[in-house]
Amino acid sequence: MATIYIDGRAVEARNGENLLQACLEAGTDLPYFCWHPELGSVGACRQCAVKQFQNADDKRGRIVMACMTPATEGAIISVDDPEAKEFRGEVVEWLMTNHPHDCPVCEEGGECHLQDMTVMTGHRERRFKFDKRTHKNQDLGPLVKHEMNRCIACYRCVRFYRDYAGGEDLGVFAQHNNVYFGRYESGTLESTFSGNLVEVCPTGVFTDKPFSKVYSRKWDMRGAPSVCQHCSVGCNTILNERAGKVRRTLNRYNEDVNRYFLCDRGRYGNGFVNAPSRLRSAGYVMDGQMTPVPVAQALEQFAAFAKDGPIVGIGSGRASIESNYALRRFVGADNFSTGWAEPLHGAVTRAVDILRTTSARVMPLHEMESADCVLVLGEDVAATAPRLSLALFQTRRTACNKLADKNRLPHWLDAPVRTLGSDLKAPIHVVTPAPTDMDVSATQALRALPDDIARLGFAIANRIDGAAPAVSDLTEEETARATALADALLVAEKPVIVSGTQYASTALLDAAANIAAALVTQGKAAGLTLVLPEANSFGVATMGGLSLDAVCERAQAGQVGTLVVMEADLTRQLDASAFDTLVRSVRHLVVIDHSVTPTAERGELVVPATAFSECGGTMISMEGRAQRFLQVVYPEAPLQVSWRWVRDFAHASGHEGVLDWETLDQAVAATAAGVPAFARIVEAAPKADYELEGEHIRSQTHRVSGRTAIRANISVRDIPPPTSPDTPLKSDMEGTYTTDMPATLIPFYQVPGWNSVQSLNKFQQEIGGELRGGDVGVRVIGERGTAGYAGVAPARMALRENEVLLLPEYRAFGTGETSMWSDPIKARATEAVIRVGGDAPVARVSIQIGAEVFDVPAVNDPALPLGVALCPPHMVARSYEAPCWVTLRTISAEAAA
Amino acid sequence: MPDVIDADLVETILDMAHHDVLPRGACIEAMKIVQDRYGWICDRHLKQIADLLGMSLADIDGVATYYNLIFRQPVGENVIMLCDSVSCWVMGTDGVREKLCRKLGVKMGQTTEDGKFTLLPIVCLGHCDHAPAMLINKEIYGPVRPEDIDGIIEAHREKTS
Ligand code: SF4
Ligand code: SF4
Ligand code: FES
Ligand code: FES
Repeated sequence: MATIYIDGRAVEARNGENLLQACLEAGTDLPYFCWHPELGSVGACRQCAVKQFQNADDKRGRIVMACMTPATEGAIISVDDPEAKEFRGEVVEWLMTNHPHDCPVCEEGGECHLQDMTVMTGHRERRFKFDKRTHKNQDLGPLVKHEMNRCIACYRCVRFYRDYAGGEDLGVFAQHNNVYFGRYESGTLESTFSGNLVEVCPTGVFTDKPFSKVYSRKWDMRGAPSVCQHCSVGCNTILNERAGKVRRTLNRYNEDVNRYFLCDRGRYGNGFVNAPSRLRSAGYVMDGQMTPVPVAQALEQFAAFAKDGPIVGIGSGRASIESNYALRRFVGADNFSTGWAEPLHGAVTRAVDILRTTSARVMPLHEMESADCVLVLGEDVAATAPRLSLALFQTRRTACNKLADKNRLPHWLDAPVRTLGSDLKAPIHVVTPAPTDMDVSATQALRALPDDIARLGFAIANRIDGAAPAVSDLTEEETARATALADALLVAEKPVIVSGTQYASTALLDAAANIAAALVTQGKAAGLTLVLPEANSFGVATMGGLSLDAVCERAQAGQVGTLVVMEADLTRQLDASAFDTLVRSVRHLVVIDHSVTPTAERGELVVPATAFSECGGTMISMEGRAQRFLQVVYPEAPLQVSWRWVRDFAHASGHEGVLDWETLDQAVAATAAGVPAFARIVEAAPKADYELEGEHIRSQTHRVSGRTAIRANISVRDIPPPTSPDTPLKSDMEGTYTTDMPATLIPFYQVPGWNSVQSLNKFQQEIGGELRGGDVGVRVIGERGTAGYAGVAPARMALRENEVLLLPEYRAFGTGETSMWSDPIKARATEAVIRVGGDAPVARVSIQIGAEVFDVPAVNDPALPLGVALCPPHMVARSYEAPCWVTLRTISAEAAA
Repeated sequence: MPDVIDADLVETILDMAHHDVLPRGACIEAMKIVQDRYGWICDRHLKQIADLLGMSLADIDGVATYYNLIFRQPVGENVIMLCDSVSCWVMGTDGVREKLCRKLGVKMGQTTEDGKFTLLPIVCLGHCDHAPAMLINKEIYGPVRPEDIDGIIEAHREKTS
């Protein structure tokens, strides 16, 4: 700690931080633009000028850029100094010379850092009398809008997009007043992280395109803390609502997980909650036609079904653990299924078992950023867990920072630190069957088939620790690869192993676990991460249950009276004939879901569940982090959260006493009590009766407008604000709101004078550190387990003569379930194409998976071995998800002209 | 202008790339030699240089458009660059510009119909002691008075006819 003096006030600054950070942490409002807590300082905007004095006798001082000056012991600065103030005022004045002054029609308006800084510096009169320079805007695709005239040339966008996220297609052109931030030509931004530009840009140049279609000012929207539902990373988000509709998704800071950034699937994938695919009433389905019925009648119907034999429940990795537990409790543990078919069921179960017991550390994303060697084993992380790939990419920056330490440069001094490491690759070794987006930045990218990757993994573990299971008949090449990778991991201080369930291979998971365990025996602070298929796969697998195959068997044996499917689409797991057989062999199919899936279309009785924006619940991410999401929308009946449907079904069918939950708190408490592994989930967020300073926390801003007028077209009667027993947040503008409210309850970021997302600084104990309101989420796994080695290396993968090995090729956009009901993601997804190994040109193929034949566009990929093809899961064959052998026939070798 | 850059230039560019720490380090030189031969950098050539050096189009065009002396649009046989910075402004560059525009029948940034001259503004040429200053191709002029323009232009017209 260093003591510095800001306008005569002694404050503590952290060693090595810069004066801007120190000022902000001391609560001083010092304007800035180009500095970003995660991107560091470049001194580009000159907005953070302060006066620095040599010593107590120095009365003149000199202007310095706070963001570029280290906070050294005894530093004396003045923010209020008239010259410094004038300087800052003039900076804004010149930044505004070409600005279009179009705040009323700008989507940044009301949450604009440029507006805030303009007001803060006191610039209010325009003296510049000349023409403004104007730019042409570009069409940057379905996600991000572009209005270049609002630019103040802070360079944040390119520094995020290129330096931080490794994007190549956004650049800066020309110079001086004409400087232009955009693409070489109009076209969709290629990065999976482009949406962050909306938050990174301090002005209205980059704004959220889908949001602009349902636009509302920030102050007019309700906010609620939420958790992303689109992969197992569990990024924290804020959902914004107005008039009953979710308007947009913003990043919510979680120190350990997503910090300042989301991926585009998470930011733009939530449109499904408003989509026409939503199910909005209960109904009977007959011949594909749904007849809506009142809830009471639906429940009676269920009671009648329940008399027809055993009830089996199918849970889901996209539903909360409370809902899953409710279903399991209702049908009984022996009649509860995870909803995964084999081999995925086995793989996810194994993965979660490993995560719970490994002797390595299951690292949160932020911790992995400082790894010095990463081995990615058979998982295309950039597609299955995008934000994780962004975190792993930061290992490159960690390597740069080490060079900076040698040269005694502070890490925040971005330009020199980045230049120092300009020829460094990220210390990442990728071993996957096919190319991944991480390859370009990685030190090396090796190709092998899933079983062979597992063999390699076993061999690496065995080289690190001879006690780990060995692999017989290794080829020379395999031995060389294993030795090189083992050596790379052994020289590292903080090696991290990353794998996942993409190829549904338990051998691969065992291999990854063995390497991590072997590194631990060598005294390494090794980390292990396994990517899971859905946002709450960890929760479901921990609870455990039957595989879908087991359910099918039982059904065929006539042992299933009613099958209750909750928030799952079985057609994504079972092929058409298996699904059909299942549906025909159960007496009744009941579906609880928020959207109309092909499974719901076959249901006899369907009831509408809330989407995650309309209810509260807990999800457990791939690192065992239990996180609570809260409702931002107050849904109208008959929509209710799945566990309430399960409870009502239980009551209707005479199972009183099994499930008597009235509130989310009761559901959480019962789940925590019922599944020992979940004991801590009660701590994931405060209960509904939580009050701060004697009041509830409000979820609307104090400026919200049209409070009574908004429904005047329906009725002019004043209606009371909606309430819900499931959230500690009040639905309206009454209530408290402070920067140190519990971190899990933050509904939006705003403090007086700071209306943009930059106000986050005020919610942190220190910049980039923990929130004032404490931790976000609790981990349900211990620090370290004691598991030893497991599994045996599989035999070398032999390709077949007449069949092709079809491997799932996940995509950031296109292979997700709920995100594909969201228009922006649909627009971003490209056509499904089969990539066929070998040199022979192909344009169209037919593939036979099981009994079904599909006719699909194809390209050949010489980087893949002959006899292997890649296919995006769920996009060609609905249920296709795990590797399998198929027959593939070339229909045409050349594209039709 | 050929669709692809001449083979000898490609070879030189690759050679420069090999000798730089990072291939992209050669991009400015590469654009200079391509421009020397063809007069300006067209989109196709830009793409080809980018591919040779492993750069994205956004990347290389950022460099190209940063420099005043890399032309991304066709220019005339003679490029006149008139300083518009402070010393020259004080010393009367405005009058020179007016005269130039009238003489050539173009506005700043335009090329004469016969393709002989392109008129561009430029920042301080470091010739302030002889302001107002002007650069034609690689020749520096200054102090330039409006009445000198006819002579200078005619001399260049002859040289390139
Ligand atoms: S576009 Fe935005 S982020 Fe980029 S330089 Fe301009 S103001 Fe800064
Ligand atoms: S990485 Fe996963 S959890 Fe995070 S925003 Fe993207 S889809 Fe959501
Ligand atoms: S924030 Fe310090 S110069 Fe931009
Ligand atoms: S200002 Fe014109 S040459 Fe320096």
